[in-house]
Amino acid sequence: MGSITLKQVAKRFGDTEVIPPLNLTIEDGEFVVFVGPSGCGKSTLLRLIAGLEDVSDGVIEIDGNDATSLPPAKRGLAMVFQSYALYPHMTVRKNIAFPLKMAGLDQATIDAKVNGAAATLNLADYIDRRPGQLSGGQRQRVAIGRAIVREPSAFLFDEPLSNLDAALRGNMRLEISELHQTLATTMIYVTHDQVEAMTMADKIVVLRAGHIEQVGSPLDLYREPANLFVAGFIGSPSMNIISGPAAEAYGAPTIGVRPEHMDLSHEGGAWRGVVGVSEHLGSDTFLRVDVEGVGTLTARAGGEFPARHGDTVGLTPDPERLHRFDANGLRIAG
Amino acid sequence: MSTTHSRTAGKAMISPAVILLFLWMIVPLVMTLYFSFQFYNLLDPVTSFAGFANYEYFLTDPAFFEALGNTLIIVIGVLCITVIGGTLLALLLDQPMFGQGIVRLLFIAPFFVMPTVSALVWKNMFMNPTNGLFAFLSKLVGTTPIDWLGHHPLASIVMIVSWQWLPFATLILLTAMQSLDSEQIEAAEMDGASALSRFFHIIVPHLARAGTVVILIQTIFLLSIFAEILVTTAGGPGYASTNIPYLVYMQSLLQFDVGGGSAGGIVAVILANIVAIFLMRLVGKNLDL
Repeated sequence: MGSITLKQVAKRFGDTEVIPPLNLTIEDGEFVVFVGPSGCGKSTLLRLIAGLEDVSDGVIEIDGNDATSLPPAKRGLAMVFQSYALYPHMTVRKNIAFPLKMAGLDQATIDAKVNGAAATLNLADYIDRRPGQLSGGQRQRVAIGRAIVREPSAFLFDEPLSNLDAALRGNMRLEISELHQTLATTMIYVTHDQVEAMTMADKIVVLRAGHIEQVGSPLDLYREPANLFVAGFIGSPSMNIISGPAAEAYGAPTIGVRPEHMDLSHEGGAWRGVVGVSEHLGSDTFLRVDVEGVGTLTARAGGEFPARHGDTVGLTPDPERLHRFDANGLRIAG
Repeated sequence: MSTTHSRTAGKAMISPAVILLFLWMIVPLVMTLYFSFQFYNLLDPVTSFAGFANYEYFLTDPAFFEALGNTLIIVIGVLCITVIGGTLLALLLDQPMFGQGIVRLLFIAPFFVMPTVSALVWKNMFMNPTNGLFAFLSKLVGTTPIDWLGHHPLASIVMIVSWQWLPFATLILLTAMQSLDSEQIEAAEMDGASALSRFFHIIVPHLARAGTVVILIQTIFLLSIFAEILVTTAGGPGYASTNIPYLVYMQSLLQFDVGGGSAGGIVAVILANIVAIFLMRLVGKNLDL
């Protein structure tokens, strides 16, 4: 009831090709996250699926039917916008009821559905207020409410949490994940935040300049990044990329080691360097270590690891969890 | 402007401007009030106290009610044409098109033409029953040319004034339309709203505040339309296109009755205030949304 297939879909604005032909299959009920740096075409891709932009080439299929030339309203998708796009002159109730009213449902059905959505999203307390009187998180909920009353075959989220503060973002992330568990509807979520991607997704699509760099589950991408771009993008803090003689010692032109896959010691170690900055988070300690001939590496230690600016420490990468890349930045298997 | 001291200094510094503006307003008003209670005709240098005789004369004049009706017809007619037409034109001009800048500039042009000039152009070049463009078009299709100013004087005035004010309304509404978040339109599109529903449910409510400003500003100016009447119909035929300002003009400068004219002026001020209060009640709530 919500599978989406893109076949050779391309988008050009004049002469500039924003999205070169790409293929992608989204299964029914999946939570798919499009992630990439800003300007990578992830929002454009979402808008192509929504029907807000016309595809220049290729076919979009929704539930096996060609939807390439269908108008947005006929695709059975609902979208939550970055700016929420609530209607400022309507109350929360009217905002949520709007798609139902447009669909021509009778008032009793509309009321029942709006009340149902309000209950699901805890909107009942401010159902008669206008968007201007709500906080960012509340507006976000209303936008989601407006999307769920339509019972779409898939939800599209365009960076929905980027206007919220850090604490609220964490909460809303959980709420959206829970909503996905409850509704079991396909969701496509666009973000530039790899934490959101890792925590919410069933499947992550990493995009760069319109190209799909890798598709996979969060842990697949974490364990086996297909190339240097994905390796550097997924994981926080990001992976240490080392090239030159230090990498050749491990049998590859470039190697990558995640901060959490390095052993820290005061004595010995494969690389020895001076601590530049140490960030004590309580649960973890992140050290920025300057290693001569290798570069500045980030390493994670336990929360109690005693290290200060200027200390000399030893770093030893875990050989099992070392990533090797060839001269083109592609992963060397094994 | 936070401390008492700076507030006092601030008041002292703006006071000359405020006093000047106050005098600017109060001196003519008090003089008009004074004259309205005098028998004062320019042909007769002797003046004497008149009581309410001037008011009685002005308010019982049959021309007064006709002029009042004409004033309201002009205001309401022009407001309807400019607000509805302006919204539609703004919608049109908001579409991306070739030569957008030039088209918008051309569009605003009528607003810069002086009222007397545009009224004369309309009178002589468009509405003239023998040489006008409309007469030419009528003859082209074989119908009798219409004597616009002779037979439909008030409609002609409304047409001329609308032509002048349409660009103003269009421009204000166009800027308002451009400030509408495109994501709202897209959201409505996703919600299944047709183009017509998007217009009535999203765009029109968004324009409410700008529309209020247009209505308030235009009403102030439309209540005192004068030049267009003077150069086209001179209030006629009869009183068919006389409005209150024109009636006051006729009273005081054609009949030299300064007292009667002043009384008419005060009546016009009171009427304008009634309209203003009525308007603020009606649409003012849109301003503090």
